[in-house]
Amino acid sequence: MTPALPPAFPETTFVLVLVLLLMAPLAIAGVALLNVGLGRSRSAAQALLGNLAIVAVTAIAFALVGATLAATTGAGHIFHAAGKPWNWLGTGPWFLSGLSSASPQAQLGLLFEFLAVALAALIPWGSGADRLRLAAGCAIAAVLAAIVFPLAAHWVWAGSGSETGGWLSKLGVNFSLGAGFLDPAGAGVIHVLGGLSALAVVWIAGPRRGKFPQGGFATAMPGHNAVYILFGCLLALTGWLAFNLAGAVLWMHEPLGGLPVTAVNTLLSASGAVVATLAVTRYRFGKPDASLCANGWLTGLVASSASAAVVSPLAALFIGIVAGIMTPLLVEVLELAVSIDDPSGAITVHGAGGLWGLIAAGIFARQAGQLTAQVVGIAALLGLLLPLAYLLFWLLNRVVPFRVEADGERIGMDLHELGGGAYPEFVIHRDESYR
Amino acid sequence: MKYAGLLVMPAGFFLTLSALVLFPASSPGVRAGFVLCGLAVEALGLVVAVRGHMEAEAKNRQ
Repeated sequence: MTPALPPAFPETTFVLVLVLLLMAPLAIAGVALLNVGLGRSRSAAQALLGNLAIVAVTAIAFALVGATLAATTGAGHIFHAAGKPWNWLGTGPWFLSGLSSASPQAQLGLLFEFLAVALAALIPWGSGADRLRLAAGCAIAAVLAAIVFPLAAHWVWAGSGSETGGWLSKLGVNFSLGAGFLDPAGAGVIHVLGGLSALAVVWIAGPRRGKFPQGGFATAMPGHNAVYILFGCLLALTGWLAFNLAGAVLWMHEPLGGLPVTAVNTLLSASGAVVATLAVTRYRFGKPDASLCANGWLTGLVASSASAAVVSPLAALFIGIVAGIMTPLLVEVLELAVSIDDPSGAITVHGAGGLWGLIAAGIFARQAGQLTAQVVGIAALLGLLLPLAYLLFWLLNRVVPFRVEADGERIGMDLHELGGGAYPEFVIHRDESYR
Repeated sequence: MKYAGLLVMPAGFFLTLSALVLFPASSPGVRAGFVLCGLAVEALGLVVAVRGHMEAEAKNRQ
Protein backbone atom coordinates (compact mmCIF):
# COMPACT_ATOMS: atom_id res chain seq x y z
CA MET A 1 0.00 0.00 0.00
CA THR A 2 1.33 3.42 -0.90
CA PRO A 3 2.02 5.59 2.17
CA ALA A 4 0.43 9.01 2.57
CA LEU A 5 2.01 11.78 0.54
CA PRO A 6 4.49 13.92 2.50
CA PRO A 7 3.46 17.55 2.93
CA ALA A 8 6.45 18.72 0.85
CA PHE A 9 5.11 16.86 -2.19
CA PRO A 10 1.33 17.25 -2.37
CA GLU A 11 -0.98 15.25 -4.60
CA THR A 12 -1.35 18.03 -7.17
CA THR A 13 2.42 18.11 -7.64
CA PHE A 14 2.51 14.32 -7.89
CA VAL A 15 -0.15 14.30 -10.60
CA LEU A 16 1.49 17.13 -12.52
CA VAL A 17 4.92 15.46 -12.53
CA LEU A 18 3.38 12.12 -13.51
CA VAL A 19 1.58 13.71 -16.47
CA LEU A 20 4.78 15.50 -17.50
CA LEU A 21 6.72 12.25 -17.37
CA LEU A 22 4.09 10.56 -19.53
CA MET A 23 4.83 13.24 -22.16
CA ALA A 24 8.61 12.92 -21.85
CA PRO A 25 8.87 9.91 -24.24
CA LEU A 26 8.13 12.39 -27.03
CA ALA A 27 11.73 13.56 -26.60
CA ILE A 28 12.84 9.98 -27.19
CA ALA A 29 10.58 9.77 -30.26
CA GLY A 30 11.98 13.04 -31.58
CA VAL A 31 15.60 11.97 -31.18
CA ALA A 32 14.76 8.60 -32.78
CA LEU A 33 13.26 10.34 -35.83
CA LEU A 34 16.34 12.56 -36.08
CA ASN A 35 18.60 9.51 -35.90
CA VAL A 36 16.70 7.85 -38.73
CA GLY A 37 16.31 10.91 -40.93
CA LEU A 38 19.97 11.88 -40.66
CA GLY A 39 21.07 8.39 -41.72
CA ARG A 40 20.78 6.81 -45.16
CA SER A 41 17.62 5.42 -46.72
CA ARG A 42 19.11 1.93 -47.04
CA SER A 43 19.64 1.79 -43.25
CA ALA A 44 16.39 3.46 -42.14
CA ALA A 45 14.51 0.39 -40.88
CA GLN A 46 17.54 -0.91 -39.00
CA ALA A 47 18.06 2.54 -37.47
CA LEU A 48 14.48 2.86 -36.21
CA LEU A 49 14.33 -0.75 -35.03
CA GLY A 50 17.61 -0.05 -33.23
CA ASN A 51 16.05 2.93 -31.46
CA LEU A 52 13.17 0.77 -30.31
CA ALA A 53 15.45 -2.09 -29.21
CA ILE A 54 17.72 0.32 -27.34
CA VAL A 55 14.81 1.77 -25.36
CA ALA A 56 13.80 -1.78 -24.42
CA VAL A 57 17.32 -2.93 -23.53
CA THR A 58 18.03 0.14 -21.40
CA ALA A 59 14.76 -0.36 -19.50
CA ILE A 60 15.68 -3.97 -18.69
CA ALA A 61 19.34 -3.27 -17.86
CA PHE A 62 18.43 -0.29 -15.72
CA ALA A 63 15.76 -2.27 -13.87
CA LEU A 64 18.11 -5.19 -13.20
CA VAL A 65 21.29 -3.31 -12.25
CA GLY A 66 21.31 0.42 -12.96
CA ALA A 67 18.44 1.45 -10.70
CA THR A 68 20.26 -0.02 -7.71
CA LEU A 69 23.44 1.94 -8.38
CA ALA A 70 21.60 5.13 -9.34
CA ALA A 71 19.24 5.09 -6.36
CA THR A 72 18.19 8.63 -5.52
CA THR A 73 17.03 7.66 -2.04
CA GLY A 74 18.72 5.68 0.73
CA ALA A 75 22.14 6.05 2.32
CA GLY A 76 24.46 5.15 -0.57
CA HIS A 77 28.12 4.13 -0.43
CA ILE A 78 29.89 6.96 1.39
CA PHE A 79 33.55 7.50 2.15
CA HIS A 80 34.90 10.41 4.16
CA ALA A 81 37.75 12.62 2.99
CA ALA A 82 38.76 16.00 4.43
CA GLY A 83 35.97 15.63 6.95
CA LYS A 84 33.28 15.56 4.26
CA PRO A 85 31.03 12.71 3.14
CA TRP A 86 31.44 11.62 -0.51
CA ASN A 87 28.39 9.67 -1.60
CA TRP A 88 29.55 8.05 -4.84
CA LEU A 89 27.32 5.01 -5.42
CA GLY A 90 23.70 4.17 -4.71
CA THR A 91 22.54 1.30 -2.57
CA GLY A 92 18.97 0.88 -3.74
CA PRO A 93 17.06 -2.38 -3.55
CA TRP A 94 17.89 -4.96 -6.23
CA PHE A 95 15.51 -5.64 -9.11
CA LEU A 96 13.17 -2.78 -8.09
CA SER A 97 11.95 -4.73 -5.08
CA GLY A 98 9.74 -2.67 -2.79
CA LEU A 99 9.05 -0.11 -5.49
CA SER A 100 5.31 -0.04 -4.83
CA SER A 101 5.90 0.90 -1.19
CA ALA A 102 8.47 3.60 -1.96
CA SER A 103 7.47 7.24 -1.54
CA PRO A 104 5.64 8.78 -4.51
CA GLN A 105 8.56 11.15 -5.03
CA ALA A 106 11.00 8.23 -5.20
CA GLN A 107 8.77 6.43 -7.68
CA LEU A 108 8.56 9.48 -9.91
CA GLY A 109 12.33 9.94 -9.63
CA LEU A 110 12.84 6.39 -10.81
CA LEU A 111 10.45 6.87 -13.74
CA PHE A 112 12.38 10.02 -14.68
CA GLU A 113 15.62 8.03 -14.64
CA PHE A 114 14.13 5.24 -16.79
CA LEU A 115 13.21 7.78 -19.46
CA ALA A 116 16.48 9.67 -19.08
CA VAL A 117 18.65 6.59 -19.59
CA ALA A 118 16.67 5.63 -22.72
CA LEU A 119 17.30 9.09 -24.17
CA ALA A 120 20.99 8.96 -23.26
CA ALA A 121 21.44 5.55 -24.90
CA LEU A 122 19.90 6.71 -28.20
CA ILE A 123 22.59 9.35 -28.63
CA PRO A 124 25.55 7.07 -29.54
CA TRP A 125 23.26 5.01 -31.79
CA GLY A 126 22.71 8.06 -34.01
CA SER A 127 26.44 8.70 -34.24
CA GLY A 128 27.16 5.12 -35.25
CA ALA A 129 24.48 5.12 -37.96
CA ASP A 130 25.06 3.16 -41.18
CA ARG A 131 27.84 0.97 -39.75
CA LEU A 132 26.92 -0.02 -36.18
CA ARG A 133 25.43 -3.50 -35.84
CA LEU A 134 22.08 -3.85 -34.08
CA ALA A 135 23.55 -6.22 -31.48
CA ALA A 136 26.36 -3.76 -30.80
CA GLY A 137 23.89 -0.90 -30.35
CA CYS A 138 21.95 -2.95 -27.80
CA ALA A 139 25.13 -4.00 -25.99
CA ILE A 140 26.33 -0.38 -25.79
CA ALA A 141 22.93 0.65 -24.42
CA ALA A 142 23.06 -2.11 -21.80
CA VAL A 143 26.51 -1.03 -20.59
CA LEU A 144 25.42 2.60 -20.46
CA ALA A 145 22.24 1.78 -18.54
CA ALA A 146 23.84 -0.65 -16.13
CA ILE A 147 27.13 1.07 -15.27
CA VAL A 148 27.91 4.51 -16.69
CA PHE A 149 24.60 6.37 -16.45
CA PRO A 150 23.80 5.22 -12.87
CA LEU A 151 27.07 6.70 -11.61
CA ALA A 152 26.30 10.13 -13.03
CA ALA A 153 22.62 10.00 -12.06
CA HIS A 154 23.46 9.13 -8.47
CA TRP A 155 26.11 11.83 -8.16
CA VAL A 156 23.82 14.55 -9.52
CA TRP A 157 20.27 13.64 -8.55
CA ALA A 158 20.48 11.47 -5.44
CA GLY A 159 19.25 12.83 -2.17
CA SER A 160 18.23 16.28 -3.33
CA GLY A 161 16.82 17.75 -0.15
CA SER A 162 18.37 15.15 2.17
CA GLU A 163 21.57 15.24 4.21
CA THR A 164 23.47 12.56 2.32
CA GLY A 165 23.02 13.17 -1.36
CA GLY A 166 25.29 12.40 -4.30
CA TRP A 167 28.63 14.15 -3.97
CA LEU A 168 28.02 16.53 -6.88
CA SER A 169 24.57 17.56 -5.64
CA LYS A 170 26.08 18.31 -2.22
CA LEU A 171 28.92 20.56 -3.42
CA GLY A 172 26.94 23.52 -2.08
CA VAL A 173 26.42 22.06 1.39
CA ASN A 174 29.89 20.56 1.78
CA PHE A 175 32.08 23.08 -0.04
CA SER A 176 29.97 26.27 -0.22
CA LEU A 177 29.74 26.07 -4.00
CA GLY A 178 26.39 27.69 -4.80
CA ALA A 179 23.50 25.23 -4.75
CA GLY A 180 25.73 22.30 -5.75
CA PHE A 181 26.00 20.99 -9.31
CA LEU A 182 22.86 22.19 -11.12
CA ASP A 183 21.50 19.83 -13.75
CA PRO A 184 17.75 19.47 -13.20
CA ALA A 185 16.85 18.00 -16.60
CA GLY A 186 20.00 16.09 -17.47
CA ALA A 187 22.15 18.34 -19.67
CA GLY A 188 25.12 16.57 -18.09
CA VAL A 189 23.69 13.25 -16.95
CA ILE A 190 21.80 12.56 -20.19
CA HIS A 191 23.28 14.68 -22.95
CA VAL A 192 26.95 15.23 -22.13
CA LEU A 193 27.19 11.59 -21.10
CA GLY A 194 25.43 10.53 -24.31
CA GLY A 195 27.59 12.83 -26.43
CA LEU A 196 30.82 11.59 -24.86
CA SER A 197 29.65 7.99 -25.30
CA ALA A 198 28.95 8.82 -28.94
CA LEU A 199 32.53 10.11 -29.27
CA ALA A 200 33.87 6.88 -27.77
CA VAL A 201 31.70 4.76 -30.10
CA VAL A 202 32.76 6.74 -33.19
CA TRP A 203 36.43 6.44 -32.19
CA ILE A 204 36.09 2.68 -31.87
CA ALA A 205 33.82 1.99 -34.87
CA GLY A 206 35.57 4.41 -37.25
CA PRO A 207 33.98 6.38 -40.09
CA ARG A 208 31.61 5.09 -42.75
CA ARG A 209 33.34 3.62 -45.80
CA GLY A 210 34.11 6.31 -48.31
CA LYS A 211 33.52 9.17 -45.86
CA PHE A 212 37.14 10.25 -45.80
CA PRO A 213 38.62 9.26 -49.19
CA GLN A 214 42.33 9.13 -49.80
CA GLY A 215 43.76 12.55 -50.66
CA GLY A 216 40.45 14.37 -50.73
CA PHE A 217 37.86 16.21 -48.68
CA ALA A 218 35.25 14.44 -46.59
CA THR A 219 32.44 13.05 -48.73
CA ALA A 220 29.04 14.66 -48.08
CA MET A 221 26.57 12.00 -46.94
CA PRO A 222 23.39 13.98 -46.26
CA GLY A 223 20.48 12.65 -44.26
CA HIS A 224 17.82 10.91 -46.34
CA ASN A 225 14.62 12.45 -44.95
CA ALA A 226 14.35 16.10 -43.94
CA VAL A 227 10.69 15.61 -42.98
CA TYR A 228 11.60 13.04 -40.31
CA ILE A 229 14.35 15.33 -39.06
CA LEU A 230 12.22 18.45 -38.76
CA PHE A 231 9.15 16.70 -37.40
CA GLY A 232 11.45 15.02 -34.87
CA CYS A 233 12.44 18.51 -33.71
CA LEU A 234 8.82 19.46 -33.04
CA LEU A 235 8.19 16.23 -31.14
CA ALA A 236 11.38 16.80 -29.16
CA LEU A 237 10.15 20.23 -28.02
CA THR A 238 7.16 18.68 -26.24
CA GLY A 239 9.32 16.02 -24.66
CA TRP A 240 11.94 18.54 -23.59
CA LEU A 241 9.33 20.76 -21.98
CA ALA A 242 8.18 17.73 -20.01
CA PHE A 243 11.73 16.77 -18.98
CA ASN A 244 12.67 20.31 -17.98
CA LEU A 245 9.53 20.93 -15.92
CA ALA A 246 9.52 17.51 -14.27
CA GLY A 247 13.25 17.76 -13.50
CA ALA A 248 12.83 21.22 -11.97
CA VAL A 249 10.14 19.93 -9.62
CA LEU A 250 11.78 16.61 -8.79
CA TRP A 251 15.42 17.61 -8.35
CA MET A 252 15.23 21.34 -7.53
CA HIS A 253 11.89 21.36 -5.69
CA GLU A 254 10.81 24.30 -7.78
CA PRO A 255 7.35 25.64 -6.79
CA LEU A 256 4.62 25.12 -9.38
CA GLY A 257 4.34 28.89 -9.83
CA GLY A 258 7.83 28.97 -11.38
CA LEU A 259 7.14 26.34 -14.03
CA PRO A 260 5.71 28.61 -16.75
CA VAL A 261 8.97 30.60 -16.76
CA THR A 262 10.94 27.37 -17.10
CA ALA A 263 8.75 26.40 -20.07
CA VAL A 264 9.17 29.82 -21.69
CA ASN A 265 12.94 29.61 -21.17
CA THR A 266 13.02 26.20 -22.87
CA LEU A 267 11.15 27.56 -25.88
CA LEU A 268 13.28 30.72 -26.03
CA SER A 269 16.51 28.73 -25.87
CA ALA A 270 15.45 26.48 -28.76
CA SER A 271 14.09 29.44 -30.75
CA GLY A 272 17.23 31.52 -30.31
CA ALA A 273 19.33 28.54 -31.34
CA VAL A 274 17.44 27.71 -34.54
CA VAL A 275 17.33 31.35 -35.67
CA ALA A 276 21.06 31.69 -35.05
CA THR A 277 21.84 28.46 -36.94
CA LEU A 278 19.58 29.57 -39.77
CA ALA A 279 21.45 32.87 -40.01
CA VAL A 280 24.89 31.25 -39.82
CA THR A 281 24.12 28.61 -42.48
CA ARG A 282 22.44 31.23 -44.68
CA TYR A 283 25.57 33.36 -44.43
CA ARG A 284 28.03 30.51 -44.97
CA PHE A 285 26.25 28.47 -47.66
CA GLY A 286 23.94 31.03 -49.28
CA LYS A 287 20.84 29.07 -48.17
CA PRO A 288 19.69 27.77 -44.78
CA ASP A 289 20.63 24.13 -44.17
CA ALA A 290 17.65 22.08 -42.92
CA SER A 291 19.57 19.38 -41.08
CA LEU A 292 21.96 21.84 -39.42
CA CYS A 293 18.98 24.00 -38.37
CA ALA A 294 17.42 20.91 -36.82
CA ASN A 295 20.67 20.25 -35.00
CA GLY A 296 20.72 23.87 -33.85
CA TRP A 297 17.17 23.60 -32.48
CA LEU A 298 18.13 20.46 -30.59
CA THR A 299 21.32 22.05 -29.24
CA GLY A 300 19.20 24.90 -27.86
CA LEU A 301 16.93 22.37 -26.16
CA VAL A 302 19.91 20.47 -24.76
CA ALA A 303 21.43 23.66 -23.35
CA SER A 304 18.08 24.52 -21.76
CA SER A 305 18.12 21.23 -19.85
CA ALA A 306 20.64 22.67 -17.42
CA SER A 307 19.66 26.29 -17.45
CA ALA A 308 15.91 26.73 -18.10
CA ALA A 309 14.94 26.44 -14.44
CA VAL A 310 17.57 28.83 -13.10
CA VAL A 311 17.97 31.69 -15.59
CA SER A 312 15.91 34.66 -16.79
CA PRO A 313 14.12 34.58 -20.18
CA LEU A 314 16.66 36.99 -21.67
CA ALA A 315 19.53 34.80 -20.52
CA ALA A 316 17.76 31.73 -21.97
CA LEU A 317 17.54 33.49 -25.34
CA PHE A 318 21.24 34.37 -25.20
CA ILE A 319 22.13 30.78 -24.26
CA GLY A 320 20.13 29.55 -27.24
CA ILE A 321 21.76 32.00 -29.65
CA VAL A 322 25.26 30.95 -28.57
CA ALA A 323 24.24 27.29 -28.92
CA GLY A 324 22.87 27.97 -32.39
CA ILE A 325 26.01 29.77 -33.58
CA MET A 326 28.23 27.05 -32.15
CA THR A 327 26.40 24.12 -33.75
CA PRO A 328 27.14 24.46 -37.49
CA LEU A 329 30.70 25.61 -36.84
CA LEU A 330 31.53 22.70 -34.55
CA VAL A 331 29.85 20.15 -36.84
CA GLU A 332 32.07 21.42 -39.65
CA VAL A 333 35.23 21.39 -37.52
CA LEU A 334 34.62 17.85 -36.27
CA GLU A 335 34.00 16.52 -39.77
CA LEU A 336 36.53 18.44 -41.84
CA ALA A 337 39.37 19.14 -39.39
CA VAL A 338 39.17 16.30 -36.89
CA SER A 339 37.93 13.50 -39.22
CA ILE A 340 35.09 12.41 -36.94
CA ASP A 341 32.17 10.88 -38.83
CA ASP A 342 29.09 11.68 -36.75
CA PRO A 343 25.98 11.38 -38.99
CA SER A 344 23.54 12.69 -36.37
CA GLY A 345 25.84 15.44 -35.10
CA ALA A 346 25.30 14.07 -31.59
CA ILE A 347 28.78 14.94 -30.32
CA THR A 348 28.11 18.59 -31.09
CA VAL A 349 24.42 18.69 -30.23
CA HIS A 350 24.40 16.66 -27.04
CA GLY A 351 28.05 16.77 -25.94
CA ALA A 352 29.00 20.37 -26.66
CA GLY A 353 25.45 21.70 -26.24
CA GLY A 354 25.16 20.07 -22.84
CA LEU A 355 28.54 21.43 -21.74
CA TRP A 356 27.53 24.94 -22.80
CA GLY A 357 24.22 24.63 -20.94
CA LEU A 358 25.99 23.56 -17.74
CA ILE A 359 28.47 26.44 -17.95
CA ALA A 360 25.69 28.92 -18.78
CA ALA A 361 23.69 27.77 -15.74
CA GLY A 362 26.75 28.55 -13.62
CA ILE A 363 27.21 31.97 -15.20
CA PHE A 364 23.58 33.11 -15.06
CA ALA A 365 22.40 31.45 -11.83
CA ARG A 366 23.92 34.32 -9.83
CA GLN A 367 24.98 32.35 -6.76
CA ALA A 368 28.46 32.57 -5.29
CA GLY A 369 30.53 29.58 -6.31
CA GLN A 370 27.93 28.21 -8.73
CA LEU A 371 30.21 28.38 -11.76
CA THR A 372 32.92 26.50 -9.86
CA ALA A 373 30.36 23.81 -8.94
CA GLN A 374 29.41 23.48 -12.60
CA VAL A 375 33.07 23.18 -13.63
CA VAL A 376 33.63 20.44 -11.03
CA GLY A 377 30.63 18.54 -12.44
CA ILE A 378 31.92 18.94 -15.99
CA ALA A 379 35.34 17.73 -14.85
CA ALA A 380 33.73 14.60 -13.40
CA LEU A 381 31.83 13.87 -16.62
CA LEU A 382 34.76 14.58 -18.90
CA GLY A 383 37.64 13.29 -16.82
CA LEU A 384 36.14 10.18 -15.33
CA LEU A 385 33.14 9.05 -17.35
CA LEU A 386 34.58 9.53 -20.88
CA PRO A 387 37.64 7.32 -20.15
CA LEU A 388 35.37 4.84 -18.34
CA ALA A 389 32.92 4.70 -21.26
CA TYR A 390 35.79 4.32 -23.75
CA LEU A 391 37.34 1.49 -21.73
CA LEU A 392 34.03 -0.37 -21.37
CA PHE A 393 33.16 0.07 -25.06
CA TRP A 394 36.66 -0.98 -26.10
CA LEU A 395 36.28 -4.21 -24.11
CA LEU A 396 32.74 -4.66 -25.42
CA ASN A 397 33.97 -4.31 -29.00
CA ARG A 398 36.17 -7.40 -28.42
CA VAL A 399 33.09 -9.44 -27.50
CA VAL A 400 30.42 -7.87 -29.71
CA PRO A 401 32.12 -6.25 -32.73
CA PHE A 402 30.61 -2.83 -33.27
CA ARG A 403 31.15 -2.50 -36.97
CA VAL A 404 29.30 -4.37 -39.68
CA GLU A 405 31.24 -6.16 -42.46
CA ALA A 406 32.16 -4.13 -45.54
CA ASP A 407 29.48 -5.88 -47.58
CA GLY A 408 26.86 -4.86 -45.04
CA GLU A 409 27.79 -1.23 -45.45
CA ARG A 410 27.70 -1.55 -49.21
CA ILE A 411 24.23 -3.06 -49.51
CA GLY A 412 22.85 -1.15 -46.51
CA MET A 413 22.08 -2.16 -42.96
CA ASP A 414 18.44 -2.92 -43.77
CA LEU A 415 19.15 -5.68 -46.27
CA HIS A 416 22.20 -6.95 -44.40
CA GLU A 417 20.70 -7.15 -40.91
CA LEU A 418 16.95 -7.33 -41.50
CA GLY A 419 16.66 -8.84 -44.97
CA GLY A 420 14.39 -6.08 -46.22
CA GLY A 421 14.43 -2.34 -46.72
CA ALA A 422 12.41 0.46 -45.16
CA TYR A 423 11.14 1.61 -48.55
CA PRO A 424 10.62 -1.57 -50.62
CA GLU A 425 8.72 0.19 -53.41
CA PHE A 426 11.53 2.64 -54.12
CA VAL A 427 14.85 2.05 -55.84
CA ILE A 428 17.75 2.79 -53.53
CA HIS A 429 20.48 4.28 -55.68
CA ARG A 430 23.99 2.90 -55.66
CA ASP A 431 26.42 5.08 -53.78
CA GLU A 432 29.30 6.17 -55.99
CA SER A 433 31.60 6.63 -53.03
CA TYR A 434 31.92 2.83 -52.72
CA ARG A 435 33.71 2.37 -56.00
CA MET B 1 48.56 8.55 -28.31
CA LYS B 2 44.81 8.28 -27.94
CA TYR B 3 45.22 6.09 -24.87
CA ALA B 4 47.76 8.48 -23.36
CA GLY B 5 45.27 11.31 -23.73
CA LEU B 6 42.51 9.28 -22.14
CA LEU B 7 44.81 8.44 -19.21
CA VAL B 8 45.62 12.11 -18.65
CA MET B 9 41.93 12.99 -18.29
CA PRO B 10 41.32 11.23 -14.94
CA ALA B 11 44.46 12.95 -13.64
CA GLY B 12 42.78 16.27 -14.35
CA PHE B 13 39.67 15.11 -12.55
CA PHE B 14 41.61 14.18 -9.42
CA LEU B 15 43.36 17.55 -9.59
CA THR B 16 39.91 19.16 -9.53
CA LEU B 17 38.89 17.09 -6.52
CA SER B 18 42.09 17.94 -4.69
CA ALA B 19 41.30 21.64 -5.18
CA LEU B 20 38.09 21.16 -3.23
CA VAL B 21 39.86 19.34 -0.42
CA LEU B 22 43.00 21.46 -0.18
CA PHE B 23 41.61 24.97 -0.47
CA PRO B 24 39.14 26.35 2.07
CA ALA B 25 35.87 28.01 1.10
CA SER B 26 37.30 31.29 2.43
CA SER B 27 39.55 31.57 -0.61
CA PRO B 28 37.15 30.91 -3.48
CA GLY B 29 39.34 32.56 -6.10
CA VAL B 30 42.32 30.30 -5.51
CA ARG B 31 40.08 27.25 -5.35
CA ALA B 32 38.29 28.17 -8.59
CA GLY B 33 41.66 28.71 -10.26
CA PHE B 34 42.88 25.29 -9.15
CA VAL B 35 39.62 23.70 -10.34
CA LEU B 36 40.10 25.35 -13.73
CA CYS B 37 43.66 23.98 -13.87
CA GLY B 38 42.22 20.49 -13.40
CA LEU B 39 39.77 21.09 -16.25
CA ALA B 40 42.61 22.43 -18.39
CA VAL B 41 44.54 19.18 -17.83
CA GLU B 42 41.45 17.25 -18.94
CA ALA B 43 41.14 19.44 -22.02
CA LEU B 44 44.79 18.75 -22.78
CA GLY B 45 44.14 15.02 -22.50
CA LEU B 46 41.17 15.34 -24.84
CA VAL B 47 43.24 17.26 -27.38
CA VAL B 48 45.94 14.55 -27.27
CA ALA B 49 43.29 11.84 -27.72
CA VAL B 50 41.76 13.71 -30.66
CA ARG B 51 45.19 14.16 -32.24
CA GLY B 52 45.76 10.43 -31.83
CA HIS B 53 42.46 9.76 -33.59
CA MET B 54 43.40 12.12 -36.43
CA GLU B 55 46.75 10.41 -36.94
CA ALA B 56 45.10 7.00 -37.03
CA GLU B 57 42.52 8.24 -39.54
CA ALA B 58 45.25 9.72 -41.75
CA LYS B 59 47.01 6.33 -41.80
CA ASN B 60 43.78 4.53 -42.68
CA ARG B 61 43.28 6.81 -45.67
CA GLN B 62 46.61 5.79 -47.20
